[in-house]
Amino acid sequence: MHIEIDEISKQFGTTAALHPVSLSLPSGALVALLGPSGSGKTTLLRILGGLEFPTSGRVLFDGQDATGLSVQERRAGFVFQSYALFRHMTVFDNIAYGLNARPRASRPTKAEIARRVTKLLDLIQLPDIGARYPSQLSGGQRQRVALARALAIEPRMMLLDEPFGALDAKVRKELRQGLRDIHDTTGLTSVFVTHDQEEAMELADLVVVMSMGRIEQIGKPQDIRARPATAFVRDFISA
Amino acid sequence: MSDAVTLKFRSATEETPLARWVAIGIAVAGIAVLVFAPLLAVFAEALTRGVGAAIASLANRDAQSAIKLTLIIAAISVPLNAAFGIAAAWFITKFDFRGKAFLITLIDLPFSVSPVVAGLCIVLMFGTNSLVGGWLVASGYPIVFALPGIVLATMFVTFPFVARELIPVMIEQGRAEEEAALTLGASGWRTFRTVTLPNIRWALLYGVLLCNARAMGEFGAVAVVSGKIRGQTATMPITIEMLYNEYLSVAAFSLAALLTLLALVTLLLKTALELRHADQLAATHRA
Ligand SMILES: Nc1ncnc2c1ncn2[C@@H]1O[C@H](COP(=O)(O)OP(=O)(O)OP(=O)(O)O)[C@@H](O)[C@H]1O
Ligand SMILES: [Mg+2]
Repeated sequence: MHIEIDEISKQFGTTAALHPVSLSLPSGALVALLGPSGSGKTTLLRILGGLEFPTSGRVLFDGQDATGLSVQERRAGFVFQSYALFRHMTVFDNIAYGLNARPRASRPTKAEIARRVTKLLDLIQLPDIGARYPSQLSGGQRQRVALARALAIEPRMMLLDEPFGALDAKVRKELRQGLRDIHDTTGLTSVFVTHDQEEAMELADLVVVMSMGRIEQIGKPQDIRARPATAFVRDFISA
Repeated sequence: MSDAVTLKFRSATEETPLARWVAIGIAVAGIAVLVFAPLLAVFAEALTRGVGAAIASLANRDAQSAIKLTLIIAAISVPLNAAFGIAAAWFITKFDFRGKAFLITLIDLPFSVSPVVAGLCIVLMFGTNSLVGGWLVASGYPIVFALPGIVLATMFVTFPFVARELIPVMIEQGRAEEEAALTLGASGWRTFRTVTLPNIRWALLYGVLLCNARAMGEFGAVAVVSGKIRGQTATMPITIEMLYNEYLSVAAFSLAALLTLLALVTLLLKTALELRHADQLAATHRA
């Protein structure tokens, strides 16, 4: 799905988290929102997911105005920074949650739900952990379960807030490729937030560099490396 | 073979055996003197003339009416306060607004106001001499010296218990899990039912039990609004006091023992639930 962000701004009381920003994300792209802490990355992601509403501006999905769509109607697969797995449910029930939440008419049968959950567990290469609780998983496993849970709703796009933020360097590297693979198999437009420029450059098709609520540069990783648009971008990517 | 050198390691938070035993001893002695001894005394006093006399005194009409009234009051005020407590805690923890700190203080107000004063407030507001009260009495719905007044007084006094238990738990848990449920397509109500409520259930249970114990035991506020009409508005604690003042000690202590048993039953219930769900508790409370 093609995502268009049109002059979106967000004000929290007196702080401007986002100055009007505009952005066009081509269908099927893996996009990185890159910037230092407080630059407005999470805010922009939450606005896309419908968890936050912009002070002004519009969001368009495939050319349709989606600004007024509720969080449920957006059908975004959201992966939270701390994963936000339901701690009182097993991994299986976590992944099945979105399917069980569907209205009766469009809810798959129990057997069908089980089949899909099993398939997703295979996709994240953790076929045997369905009966465990989130507290019994490692950080990397939790991250992948969060990914599977988001994918289960057959989302229109994937939104990931620092998907590797809480993991050590080695696991990060492994999971990076995992995310790339899953993105390539699903073909979903995916936006992930990071403040790690190496991660953004290595993984993304398109990198959006942000600073203090503004977009500094949008481009392919190699273009941003070759021609940083501002002094900020040059400093940030060489850091 | 070398000489075995036994090294004893003690973790940093561990005390010497002596200190540990002294601490445990003080705690046990304190509980024994302050909690168990008085409780035993109540039961002993109730049984001075034998089990038969104690049971007979409970079968008395006024005693029966008091027991029924106390159970009715708990059955009305505890669920209502649980609902209000959940709503208040939810509102306070899930939204940012001005005057939040003030609202939290306001929830604590019943703890700091003397129950007698709370009772007087209700009498002032709903008594026959007040505007509202006069009209209600005239239309046949008296509040003061009747069940509604006692329920109001009980609810006022026990309001903080549930909210107090829930607020810290809900603050600690944050909003992320609920937001996740919403992004997965769940409605607000479904999110509340399947994510919020299960996450707070232990705190809720504990708050409800405390609330219930206090609702059944409340004396001061109820004494003011009930008018202490024997067989009509006299709750168990009120009846106990009246019997005691009339030197009917077996009757007074039998009723007191029953009130104590009701409280103990709720505590046992909680312990049983905790034991039954111990594995799940352990799984969900780690990390
Ligand atoms: N709910 C909120 N209330 C008030 N201010 C907020 C809120 N959320 C974000 N902000 C402010 O908006 C700005 C952008 O925050 P945002 O969370 O989008 O940054 P970020 O780029 O995701 O940072 P990080 O890398 O630290 O997660 C910050 O100045 C932050 O303080
Ligand atoms: Mg952030």
